[in-house]
Amino acid sequence: MSKNLLEVKNLKVVFHTYRGTVHALDGISFDVKKNEKLGIIGETGCGKSVTSLAIMRLIDLPGEITNGEIIFDGKDIMKLSENLLNDIRGKDISMIFQEPLSSLNPVMKVGFQIGESISRVKKSSMKESRQDVLDALEVVGLDPKRVIDLYPHELSGGMAQRVMISMALSTNPKLMIADEPTSALDVTIQAQIIALLDDLVSKMRNTVILITHDLGVAAQFCDRILIMYAGNVVENAKTDELFENPLHPYTKGLLKAIPKIGNRGKLVGIPGNVPDLVNPPTGCRFHPRCPYAMEICKIEKPSLKMETSDHGVACHLYG
Amino acid sequence: MKIENLKKYFPVKNGVFKKSEYVHAVDNVDLEIPKEKIFSVVGESGSGKTTLGRTVLRLVEPTSGQVIYNGADITKISQHKMVKFRKKMQIVFQDPYNSLHPRRLVKDIVGESLVIHERITSTEMLSRVKDILGKVGLNEDHMFRYPHEFSGGQRQRIAIARALILNPEFLVLDEPTSALDVSVQAVILELLKKLKDEFSLTYLFITHNLAVVDYMSDFVAVMYLGQIVEVGKKDDIFSSPMHPYTYALLSSIPKPDPKQKRATVVFKGEIPSAVNPPSGCRFHTRCLYAQDICRTEEPRSLEIFKGHFVKCHFPLNKK
Repeated sequence: MSKNLLEVKNLKVVFHTYRGTVHALDGISFDVKKNEKLGIIGETGCGKSVTSLAIMRLIDLPGEITNGEIIFDGKDIMKLSENLLNDIRGKDISMIFQEPLSSLNPVMKVGFQIGESISRVKKSSMKESRQDVLDALEVVGLDPKRVIDLYPHELSGGMAQRVMISMALSTNPKLMIADEPTSALDVTIQAQIIALLDDLVSKMRNTVILITHDLGVAAQFCDRILIMYAGNVVENAKTDELFENPLHPYTKGLLKAIPKIGNRGKLVGIPGNVPDLVNPPTGCRFHPRCPYAMEICKIEKPSLKMETSDHGVACHLYG
Repeated sequence: MKIENLKKYFPVKNGVFKKSEYVHAVDNVDLEIPKEKIFSVVGESGSGKTTLGRTVLRLVEPTSGQVIYNGADITKISQHKMVKFRKKMQIVFQDPYNSLHPRRLVKDIVGESLVIHERITSTEMLSRVKDILGKVGLNEDHMFRYPHEFSGGQRQRIAIARALILNPEFLVLDEPTSALDVSVQAVILELLKKLKDEFSLTYLFITHNLAVVDYMSDFVAVMYLGQIVEVGKKDDIFSSPMHPYTYALLSSIPKPDPKQKRATVVFKGEIPSAVNPPSGCRFHTRCLYAQDICRTEEPRSLEIFKGHFVKCHFPLNKK
């Protein structure tokens, strides 16, 4: 079996706000194997985007990483200097964001923006990297000669996301983090982008972390899925296993709450709301909404235990 | 309710000396919405579905065409007489964070229309507001709070209460759950279904989410670039879609089931501009089955089976 490209251990992130300290990540641990496509799923405010930013140490004040280890390719990201870290960012780890049009610089041509990262990594001049830019645009299915001289406002949402993908993959990174890459797009365009991403990463053998709130997208794309709730990983399993045999009450609730085509049964939502992370519930953070909550759930936080060798769950009902 | 040849063009100006062009947001739409049914309009962004919903209520004035409600053409009557109809027709907007006034108390947000339409005393207003909040799953404690104290799901409940307080007959629901998390979406959809039966309502349900359409509706209309391309009973549309666009839409949705692998039709291209819509059939630029006639001649809407209309020269007919 291939070894781990990324190991995250007991990562804690807080944000200092004038309402109090927001405990955005409450000690999460997970591994990403080489060539794996990992999905991180959760609702608004569960900490999935913060996780991706923390991996690249992009958490800035008022946020702070208070604890944890992030081992990427044998190096401890937490101990690297800013200079060494900048060599990793963009070259070994790259990122795609949710809103492609707001993550591109509106006053720079597309070609320049892609060329910038290529020339930095290859230490070549912008002129020399022009051919690489054309190739990168070709790969994502755009007309390179035309698009290279366009400004971002001349692109549609789908084209802009293709540009982002070409930028992220132009340096052939070991790890690509895609943060809700299709959430701002229409379904037909979403289908194109997911198919494109899948095709590219299987050809170039990149490792991918896909962050999404859409279980459908994750089911189609990912090998393994982490379910997050209120700053914790509550379940970690292979995709097939997770959909067939969900263990955590929250995962079960989520699966029952998605409307599916052809399903005539009643939809069951999860009562209550996502907790406020300034004052998170004690014990298991899901207990106020959990139909199976016991006394111990209010007191003690369950740790992520392996149910089988490949299926972990953080719940007092198990183990 | 019956809609005939409804059109809404928005003028766009390009420069001082150029002729103004028009965005064909809604172009010749004919629909019949049966009483006490849920009629869904589905389409991608820019297809004109929101404009349709607003034009039907005369929140934007139609360019031409008729909207016949209970035998009266509401596009022809004066604004003064329209007030009588407004009582019967209400709307719930997509984003509950922007549609509620941040500096007004919930009782005023919900009760304002009572004051306008029924000129009642404030004690009477409070008791009516209390009743309606109970119906949508809130309680009287919530009356004296401001919108920021509520979560997204609760805010949408307030917006629903505001729409229902005048006992309307017809409700336009414009993407009522798109801004919500899935676990909350399920709860709100269930609530909307319950309220429909309780108040004998007719819904015009506008959404881009086909799974939600399948779950909610009795009838479905599929919109593309301002036109209805297919309309019929929900079961007919989902089991045997006849327009290539409907077919492609249905296959583009990522299924939350890892066993049903990827979309069979990933179709090329993006939505063309509604300023200069393509000639002939508007879908021909993206259609897999387009022939010469599709480029030159606009197809008429034909009734292939009873109540199942499709606007295509070569409807997919699997029977």
